[in-house]
Amino acid sequence: MDSTLFIVQLINGLQYGLLLFLIASGLTLVFGVMGILNLAHGSMFMVGAYLAWYFVQQTGSFAFSAVISAVIALLIGFIVERTLIRQLYRRNHLDQVLLTIGMIFVFNALQGLLWGNDPLGVDVPQALSASIPLAGIIEYPVYRIFVAVFCVVVAGVMYYVISKTRLGMLIRAGESNREMVECLGIDISRLYTIVFAIGVMLSAVAGVVAAPISSIVPGMGEHILITCFVVVVIGGMGSIKGAFIGALMVGLVDTFASVLVPELSSMMIYIFMAFILLLKPQGLFSS
Amino acid sequence: MKNKNKILNTALLGLSLVSLSTALVAAEQDPIKVGVMLPFSGVYGGLGEATRNGLKMALQEHAADLQGRTIEFIEMDTEAKPSRAPEIANSLLNKSHADFIIGPVHSGVAMGMIKVLKGKDTIMIIPNAGVNAATGPLCAPNIFRTSFSAWQPSYPMGKVALEKGFKKVVTLSWNYGFGQESLDAFEESFTSGGGEIVKKMLVPFPKTEFQSYLSEIGSIQPDAVFVFFAGGGAVKFVKDYDAMGLKGKIPLLGAGFLTEGTLEAQGDSAEGILTTLHYADPLKNEENQTFRRDYADKFGKPSDLYAVQGYDTGLMIASAVKALNGDISDQKALIHALENTKVKSPRGDFTFSKAHNPIQNIYLRRVENGENQVVKLAASALEDPARGCSM
Repeated sequence: MDSTLFIVQLINGLQYGLLLFLIASGLTLVFGVMGILNLAHGSMFMVGAYLAWYFVQQTGSFAFSAVISAVIALLIGFIVERTLIRQLYRRNHLDQVLLTIGMIFVFNALQGLLWGNDPLGVDVPQALSASIPLAGIIEYPVYRIFVAVFCVVVAGVMYYVISKTRLGMLIRAGESNREMVECLGIDISRLYTIVFAIGVMLSAVAGVVAAPISSIVPGMGEHILITCFVVVVIGGMGSIKGAFIGALMVGLVDTFASVLVPELSSMMIYIFMAFILLLKPQGLFSS
Repeated sequence: MKNKNKILNTALLGLSLVSLSTALVAAEQDPIKVGVMLPFSGVYGGLGEATRNGLKMALQEHAADLQGRTIEFIEMDTEAKPSRAPEIANSLLNKSHADFIIGPVHSGVAMGMIKVLKGKDTIMIIPNAGVNAATGPLCAPNIFRTSFSAWQPSYPMGKVALEKGFKKVVTLSWNYGFGQESLDAFEESFTSGGGEIVKKMLVPFPKTEFQSYLSEIGSIQPDAVFVFFAGGGAVKFVKDYDAMGLKGKIPLLGAGFLTEGTLEAQGDSAEGILTTLHYADPLKNEENQTFRRDYADKFGKPSDLYAVQGYDTGLMIASAVKALNGDISDQKALIHALENTKVKSPRGDFTFSKAHNPIQNIYLRRVENGENQVVKLAASALEDPARGCSM
């Protein structure tokens, strides 16, 4: 591999990793604060992509579609937490797994009913549809760079909110000792609703921004969910910082594995995960 | 006493004659049981639905050929899961006693079905799954296919690539049976004519993160790229190929599935792609024109390749039942009738090879204005070599 190709692949890996972070951040946030293992997290990624497709069809505006999809996702998160997830706080992880697997089936069935099973595509928004010449004949699509920047911005905002704001303080407090938070007169159940809804929204927003660079197909949520779990396990369950580092690592490992050891590329991220767990059984940044 | 016995015997004889004749009548009026094993949910749900629509449409149109017999459909959703195939096939065979079992879409499911149905008292007709082995090493008298073998659509593309003057080609596919068989078929004809495969890339299935592969293609700069992808992966690949700036610089060739049922989602990115397949929507023949019009009227959406394959499966059944005057109880005779069917398909007429795979035309198509326009006949009456079949 010459140096230009190496740099191109590096960009590919980082860009893929950043997108993975956007999806995985919601998963790890919900687990960290609420202790809920939400297997339907990938379904919300799928819902986000389908909503983006639907609203772009209806209105033609990607920006508008992104905002409205995010709001709808927030609402779905709110309703699901209030009606279903709420029942599970005092139950064990197995019950949570059962419920959230059931939700995967429900979301998949709804997707089939509402939008059918044909693969769909969303066009890259006009303003971002250019490509930048990179090396030789390779061009890099501006939209992918936009996605990477967007993910970095989201990561920055999350860092700010969690470390500098009152909501962030509550989230951190809720993570370390929920009884004490309640004792101090904080309405923990409202906090849980907010956190869950934000988690769902993050996943759906990831689906929206990924829509123009993916094919929107049934089952797209399940594929991404597995990779997300790898990210979260490497980073340490519940750690946002861990999800960020883990996502970049997985992105890079996956990209370079497919070039350097194509025969092993399908299992490389799992081998990498096993290796990390040998060194740090709780993941890199587990509290 | 003796008399009494005689009367009893006569009565019994009479009774049994009556029941025998009702049995005969029943046999003629019994519906023909058609088990359907297709994916009606999940990634391949749309394909299963189109296949079923085509199948039913053909049997309704040719109801008169069935010699008064009706069809009873028993539909099973395979969910395109190979692990479920043997169980469902078993239930259709042993519980429902299906005369025909139609399916599947997915090659993995096909392998599971063949394991159960090979040599059994039913006819299996594959309306899509293209795994070479089904009409190769695993071929059997009671297994037919109305679609294609993986080898068929890709083999002619090697010659097309040579005609275009391409010498060095990169091939790329998901790393599973059908994808590899497609690449091998292309390679077979391309290298035998002097072409060179400079790199063969296999992407883990069902990964659709193609950036690293496309970057590498951009740095190799081959004369052309030949790929096998289908469905969602095909949409993603074609769009990424365009976004990375490769479209228009390195011609993209593929087995026809790359641009089947995906063109709308692929948009402008698909323009100019060359593919080879046994069908193209705009084919000019009369059967195709009629078929497309009637299908759209009946189901309210445009027909596609999978609908055609389902339709041809229905035509084949109707034609065999007609040839046997409605009596399909003798399996040998039924197989003989099926083997000799000449299907007047929307794809053009086709017959069956010794291995029970279609001998059919393969068309070279080019995407223009969001449609697979036929450029020319890439291979006429192409027969799969059926390697490993001893029938």
